[in-house]
Amino acid sequence: MGKTMAEKILSAHSGKDLYAGDIAVVNVDLSYVQDGTGPLAVRQMIEMGLEKAHNPDHSIFFLDHASPSPRKELSNDHKLLREFAQKTGIHLSEIGNGISHHIVLEKYAKPGDLIVGADSHTCTGGAIGAFATGMGSTDVGVAIALGKTWMRVPETYKIVVNGELKKGVYSKDIILHLIGMISSSGATYKALEFHGDVIEKLTVDARSTIANMSVEAGAKTGIFPPDEKTKEFLKTWGREADFKELFPDEDAVYEKTIEIDGTKLKPTIACPHLVHNTKTIDEIGDVPIHQVFLGTSCNGRLEDLRIAASILKGKKINKKTRMIVTPSSRSNYLNAMKEGLLEIFVEAGAVVTGPGCGACVGVHEGILADGENCLATQPRNFKGRMGNPNAFIYLGSPAVAAATAIEGKIADPRNFL
Amino acid sequence: MNIIEGRCWKFGDDISTDLIAPGRLFHLRSNLPELAKHLLEDAKPGFYEKISEGDIIVAGINFGQGSSREHAPTIIKMAGISAVVAKSFARIFYRNCINVGLPAVMVDTDKINEGDILRIDIAKGILEDVSSGEKFSFSPLPETMMKILAEGGLVAYIKKNGDLIL
Repeated sequence: MGKTMAEKILSAHSGKDLYAGDIAVVNVDLSYVQDGTGPLAVRQMIEMGLEKAHNPDHSIFFLDHASPSPRKELSNDHKLLREFAQKTGIHLSEIGNGISHHIVLEKYAKPGDLIVGADSHTCTGGAIGAFATGMGSTDVGVAIALGKTWMRVPETYKIVVNGELKKGVYSKDIILHLIGMISSSGATYKALEFHGDVIEKLTVDARSTIANMSVEAGAKTGIFPPDEKTKEFLKTWGREADFKELFPDEDAVYEKTIEIDGTKLKPTIACPHLVHNTKTIDEIGDVPIHQVFLGTSCNGRLEDLRIAASILKGKKINKKTRMIVTPSSRSNYLNAMKEGLLEIFVEAGAVVTGPGCGACVGVHEGILADGENCLATQPRNFKGRMGNPNAFIYLGSPAVAAATAIEGKIADPRNFL
Repeated sequence: MNIIEGRCWKFGDDISTDLIAPGRLFHLRSNLPELAKHLLEDAKPGFYEKISEGDIIVAGINFGQGSSREHAPTIIKMAGISAVVAKSFARIFYRNCINVGLPAVMVDTDKINEGDILRIDIAKGILEDVSSGEKFSFSPLPETMMKILAEGGLVAYIKKNGDLIL
């Protein structure tokens, strides 16, 4: 019987012939935690008597959520992670290096890898053809210490996007449309496998937005078969040798196939307080926006910054709004600086912060006031997400973010292209 | 642990981890007893103060969607809640519940009302609404998860076995 991508990767990591529904112990290639989940992972590892890393070079502590730390309690959490990393040889990614998932894509993830992270958006790794999934602190603590975890092999939904994206429509619109179609729990526990001629044309940067938000449909992972675009991405990061061919079998069994006509997609917005509350830009009406936030684990990559900068170049941000730009990694920050993108943002009136998760996590750098509306490129808009349960978060693409910053209300990027 | 009895607190659909353990209280993640005092306060103001030991959280679909933060089920348990019952759970939250030793039961919760007394037999897979007399059956957990839950969570399981064995 043929296998899906998920079945192939999990089989290869267990030494067994696995299919959807099977449960097995699997060896992991990379395990990581961040500063929100890491301290609990460390305490659980100590409690279990597992104060070690199975493979320190493939275990990472990322300081990305409170970066730099805004409070002494979080500084103490950082200290705990730094000291444990030093003792065990686990890699530590310091404040300012950026968001775990982007650094993992740039430096660590390979097609066919099995990656577990104590962060729900670990599934971003699927952009490169890895089976990457988010788990809790104790699960990842065990994976770091023992180099393995247990998993049930998920059933797979095949998502096929054919046609051609119109001007002003991006990968963010594809994933928002999909979640709007199937709901925030429409793919609970499933693996999403992406195919189709629209998908084939997307860069790994663009794919990472879709992989990242697969969890917002409830999925365990969102995975893209590695191809020429994957090869291109690895070459950019000097890792051509890490490329590996991997594709699902012709006769793989999918639980469901969902087809999307890419030609019909429009810029799409998720309205408060759920990601599946989507509307097209034509349906959204007049929504004043007090804060625009460009960045985070799904849309802080160089390609995203380029799209927004191309719209903002030579323009000013509307007086009724403010804009925060947070590149996702040090490399994206540096490259955006070299290309003059940061200059465009600052001249337009935006605040550019250091790399990291930024305002998305409600810890610092952009907490909303009561009653305010925010248009963010982040993956989720739950009540309270940006630090205030009395505020309202709308989600859109980097192009929507830039257009919105100019108009001071949710705006159609197609008018600026 | 096999029989759980408690009073129901009812919540709606799509309750996120941001509602269970708010991100704005990120700095309390290394102070869980303090974080527990804010449990679900943005969904039901003053909730922590109203809980009695053994109470049960009952919700609609997709309970626990969002973050991987294990702090969410941990503070539910710490606050004295004996089980969570929902129509469906988000994947990471569900696994975290079992890992921290918090029973998570999936049944249709439409007919269960706030304040009802519930009795849950985990091993037999039966939830009885003592107040209404209605009984609901649920599928037992996969063996792997049942073993972890029976030990009181993954930490205790690993301490006992010294390894991850199925």
